[in-house]
Parts: sequence; structure tokens; C-alpha cells
Amino acid sequence: MTPGQRRVIFLVAMAGLAAFVIWGITGLPGFGRYPGPYGPAILKVAEGQTNATGIVSAVNFEYRGIDTVGEEFILFTAVVGMTVVLRKLRGERQRPAIEEARERAQPAGGTGVRAAALAFTGPAALIGWWLATHAQTNPSGGFQGGVVLATAFLLVYLGGEFLTFRRLSPVDITDAAEAIGAGGFAAVGVTAIAAGLPYMDNYLPLGKVPGAVSSAGTIALISFLVGIGVAAAFVQIAGELLEQTMLVREGGG
Amino acid sequence: MMTQALQVVILVLVALGATLVVMVRGRVRQVVALSAYGIGLAVLFFTMQAPDVTLSELVVGAVALPLILLLTIARVRWRR
Repeated sequence: MTPGQRRVIFLVAMAGLAAFVIWGITGLPGFGRYPGPYGPAILKVAEGQTNATGIVSAVNFEYRGIDTVGEEFILFTAVVGMTVVLRKLRGERQRPAIEEARERAQPAGGTGVRAAALAFTGPAALIGWWLATHAQTNPSGGFQGGVVLATAFLLVYLGGEFLTFRRLSPVDITDAAEAIGAGGFAAVGVTAIAAGLPYMDNYLPLGKVPGAVSSAGTIALISFLVGIGVAAAFVQIAGELLEQTMLVREGGG
Repeated sequence: MMTQALQVVILVLVALGATLVVMVRGRVRQVVALSAYGIGLAVLFFTMQAPDVTLSELVVGAVALPLILLLTIARVRWRR
């Protein structure tokens, strides 16, 4: 097949795809005009039922909590898979980090990078914690909070070095934190069953004031657990990749 | 009206950003372009009144994904 023929086939296929996409887009309801019954119904009852003003979190962690448990375990499984794939293989050798560091020149990042990383570490940790603990009050949540929290650890790596990063986040602790996050989420749901309630039922006190940090019962608890689990997951992903980059070499004993 | 104008501007920027990601050569540059594109998408979602999606896009599209790509590139480059 000549490049010319290929181009003709490509253009015909693209024209067909474009026609379908445009047809589909013109058939969409207008922006903000959701036609289903579910959205308005949730908006009407959610705050009264859960005392949460972060309705997205109420949906994620309660009405569709079972869906989110699945997502949490997708991340968990992904991290486990990554750890298995990236662990030190036979025929590779891992050098102690301190030995590797001695041979290497100073990292290229200058004082500016270090200062910026240092300046952002505190705010990142604070914002991450705040996001993970305020899902019930505003549009934040454990997932976003967890990732922001993880960036605080990565900023330590950027401003300092791998050794400090690892000292701050030893594998034992990130392992445990991730297990507590994912397992805790599932356990909150199972506890409801043990108490004779439906799975993921909100059995904790909802608080008196809608939108207070102490309100919304299990929604707040689950968001916090998700935050811990996600932060640990991302620190672990980055840690594994960093370790591969810096310490594991081919060949040798 | 103001919001709509902003949405149109951001939409154009996002389209440009996506094109840039495809056009840019060099892996590291491409990752930086991807990160900028992620920030553009986050702003777009914000103008569409979806602050929670904005946060997710910001942390995943602009930070986590580029970071993982950069680390992988570093690993492949340092192979010896």
C-alpha cells in the first residue's frame, strides 16, 4: 500500500468519525441541563439525610460508597502490581543508598529548587490534610487530599534527597498506611452489616449542624481513610520508581 | 457572559495545549507540555463549575502522571 492510498483511507475514516462525533454532540442536552431524575433527587435529600454540605462526597462515600470501595481497591491493586513488577529481580543488584550517593555528583537542582521545594512542603502537607478532612463540608475529598499530601513527601525528595525521602516514608509505614486506608474503608461498610444495617450505611452520629467538620458521620471517616490510603499509595509508587532509578542496577551479585 | 467568554478562551487554550503535547518532540519536553495541558484542563473544569473534578485533574493530570512519566524516563535513561 502506498502512502497516498493510506492517506485516502485515513481521511475517509476521519471524516466518518468526525461526522459521528458532531452528530453526537448536537444531540447532547444543553450545558447544566441534566435530564435524569437521580441528580435533582439527590440534591434535594442529601443534606437533610447526611448533614454533609459536600454533596459530591456524600454521593461518593455513602450513596455510591460501594462503587468507591471498588475504586479504592483498584488503586490498591495497582500499587501491589507495581511493587511486584518493580521489585529487585534476580540478576539485578541493589546497592545501599549511601554507597550510591557517595559516587554521585551533587544533584543538578540548585539552591532555588531546594528553597522552593522547602517552602511548598508545609503548605502542601497542610492543604492535603485539610482536603482529606473536609470532604463533608465542601468540594474536596480524600482522593485529592491524599495526592496533595503525597506531593509534600515528594517535595522533600526534590529539596533534599532520596535518603531523607525514604527515612520519612519507610516502606513498612506506607504499606501499613495503605492497608489501613483501603481496609478501613471496607471495614466501615462491613461494620454496618455487623450492626444489622445495609452495607455502607451511615451509622455514626451525623452531628447537629450541616456542613460542620464534625458532621456527616461515616462520610467524614471514609474520606479521611481514603486520604491516608491514597497518600500512602502515591508515596509508594514514587518511592518504588525512585528506588529503581537510583539503586537497582543490572548484573553482578 | 463573563464566564462564557472565559470558557471559550480556556477551551481554545486546551485545544492548543493538546496539539502542543502531540507536536512537541523530546520526551521530557513532552511531559512538561502534558503537565501544562493538565493545568489547562483543571482551569476548564473550574470554569464549568466542577471544583472537585478540578482538584482531581490538578493532582493527577498536572502532578502525578507527569511525575511517574519523568521517573520512568529517568530510569530508562540511567540503565547501564
